[in-house]
Amino acid sequence: MAIFLNKDSKVIVQGMTGATGMKHTKLMLADGTNIVGGVNPRKAGTSVDFDGTEIPVFGSVAEAMEKTGANVSVLFVPPAFAKAAVVEAIDAEIPLAVVITEGIAVHDSAAFYAYAVSQGNKTRIIGPNCPGLITPGQSNAGIIPGDITKPGRIGLVSKSGTLTYQMMYELRDIGFSSAVGIGGDPVIGTTHIDALAAFEADPDTDLIVMIGEIGGDAEERAAAYIAEHVTKPVVGYVAGFTAPEGKTMGHAGAIVSGSSGTAAAKKEALEAAGVKVGKTPTETAKLAREILAG
Amino acid sequence: MDLFEYQARDLFAKHDVPVLAGEVIDTPEAARAATERLGGKSVVKAQVKVGGRGKAGGVKLAATPDEAVARATDILGMDIKGHTVHKVMIAETAPEILEEYYVSFLLDRANRTFLSIASVEGGMEIEEVAATRPEAVAKTPIDANEGVTPEKAREIVEAANFPAEVADKVANVLVTLWKTFIAEDALLVEVNPLAKVASGDVIALDGKVSLDENAEFRQPEHEALQDKESANPLEAAAKAKNLNYVKLDGEVGIIGNGAGLVMSTLDVVAYAGENHGGVKPANFLDIGGGASAAVMANGLEIILGDPDVKSVFVNVFGGITACDEVANGIVQALQLLADKGEEVTKPLVVRLDGNNAELGRKILSDANHPLVQRVDTMDGAADKAAELAAAK
Repeated sequence: MAIFLNKDSKVIVQGMTGATGMKHTKLMLADGTNIVGGVNPRKAGTSVDFDGTEIPVFGSVAEAMEKTGANVSVLFVPPAFAKAAVVEAIDAEIPLAVVITEGIAVHDSAAFYAYAVSQGNKTRIIGPNCPGLITPGQSNAGIIPGDITKPGRIGLVSKSGTLTYQMMYELRDIGFSSAVGIGGDPVIGTTHIDALAAFEADPDTDLIVMIGEIGGDAEERAAAYIAEHVTKPVVGYVAGFTAPEGKTMGHAGAIVSGSSGTAAAKKEALEAAGVKVGKTPTETAKLAREILAG
Repeated sequence: MDLFEYQARDLFAKHDVPVLAGEVIDTPEAARAATERLGGKSVVKAQVKVGGRGKAGGVKLAATPDEAVARATDILGMDIKGHTVHKVMIAETAPEILEEYYVSFLLDRANRTFLSIASVEGGMEIEEVAATRPEAVAKTPIDANEGVTPEKAREIVEAANFPAEVADKVANVLVTLWKTFIAEDALLVEVNPLAKVASGDVIALDGKVSLDENAEFRQPEHEALQDKESANPLEAAAKAKNLNYVKLDGEVGIIGNGAGLVMSTLDVVAYAGENHGGVKPANFLDIGGGASAAVMANGLEIILGDPDVKSVFVNVFGGITACDEVANGIVQALQLLADKGEEVTKPLVVRLDGNNAELGRKILSDANHPLVQRVDTMDGAADKAAELAAAK
């Protein structure tokens, strides 16, 4: 089962022929991802050899879907062209678009998100500025290292890439059903709540780890959702207690303005919803272990 | 990037939002000519990126060019809530103000859409109005792809109950303000107050603009708007090397990869510091995914150049970043500084995990640098770094 991605997922890569796309397509293939094509209108009809695996390049997402049955696209398209690429994926009605690209202008991500909504939300967008998602042992759509951990029964949703890796590493002996990096930008397609709902419905997930960080109120809204709808145990971690007000800490979304969006407020909201919140990633992992051990 | 008022005014003027004349100066004497150009009287306004400057004495009327020089002398160099005034705007004096309104466009993160906020009760902090009289604040979602058409502007005007006699003029301001928001890739454009003056016109008397740094690739003119004067010199040096660095006020220098992990590292160090005399993180520095040895070396040089730093914590989880590259970077940076004749005396605590961690750890062990020690857990390494900073 897992969420959003499994062994049957057929993955295409928009921006596959660029340096980053090449590097990560190779890694995704090594993790067993069923990559069925790349998209680049200027190189349509050619193919790329990845250690003996020939991956065809198509002229458009629609063409790639028609010829391969692809249902997931991973995007490594540079920021200036990302909006057009996501809009193309939405027009083709691909069920899942994973936008890895970092540094997309907010007006562009707001525009493609609004477009997805106006087209009936047929395409789930994950990201942008995210590491993608992995269902260990089945498929890897993005840049999460495939060798940190193994299949297991923990579901993970996180705004941060490296904290995703850190948490997978802390709990590597237990393993994960799926781990989803939703990205740290101000506008993202898939939220904590979307992932929580999917993990709640996933029979292969016993416990959910949720990693948040300062900025916005996504964690507070997730807490309200958990209180209402999530019956599985949830363990939380929030980064950014020591971040000063008004300074951007790498993630464009991670900026505290005024009293809202602080780590303390998020921790408090999560705890009020019955979520155990760790002070450090290691302590968070320990809380998860305790719950799983009963 | 938050702009100064005068920069916001210039962008408003560029996109036809009605504003008063004004120019920015940085010496008292320049206030004379600027005021003469405005007909002999002006308003001298401190340019600081913080609210409440009026109450702090940062906005003064000048009835003559001489008085403008005197007021500029008072205001330049003034400290307003920790911000030093380096520039003042010499602005045209406003005609008689009859009413003050508020209008803005911004990103509504929760709903992942743009939002218009409008109120006929402007002139004060909108948060205050929203808290005390929420019914006086109209919030209207704006579809990113449809934007603010004249019809949408009318809808906002009606929702906020603007008086009929200014409805058309406010709607026009909304359309031009939206143009500013889109054309400049802004995250916030705010006019407060939007004043109705005796002639019946509406004019943007003060404003705030915040720009999206991710849009710099298509906004070449925005680079010139950066406030280099007030930037921390370490932050400026880091920016010149394309490093994502923020100076903080503690003693433990921090380098890590990935914004979330580095934020987490700051927290873990602050907790550890509670047991070591209250030492705190000295900075945020994210060397990013796939960082090379050269990037690591650049980062380390910045951190070691910070006189506040007493110990350094390098915390890397190798996802895309390879730990052997990081280890090589540390060794190279120390060598580079030694070659320059700069004596490094600050201890480094290094924690490497993930991609090629064993290789990286071996490189550090082989280099056997007297100032570098490895601790292989994040919490343990933070504790060691805090302990070393406290001992200095």
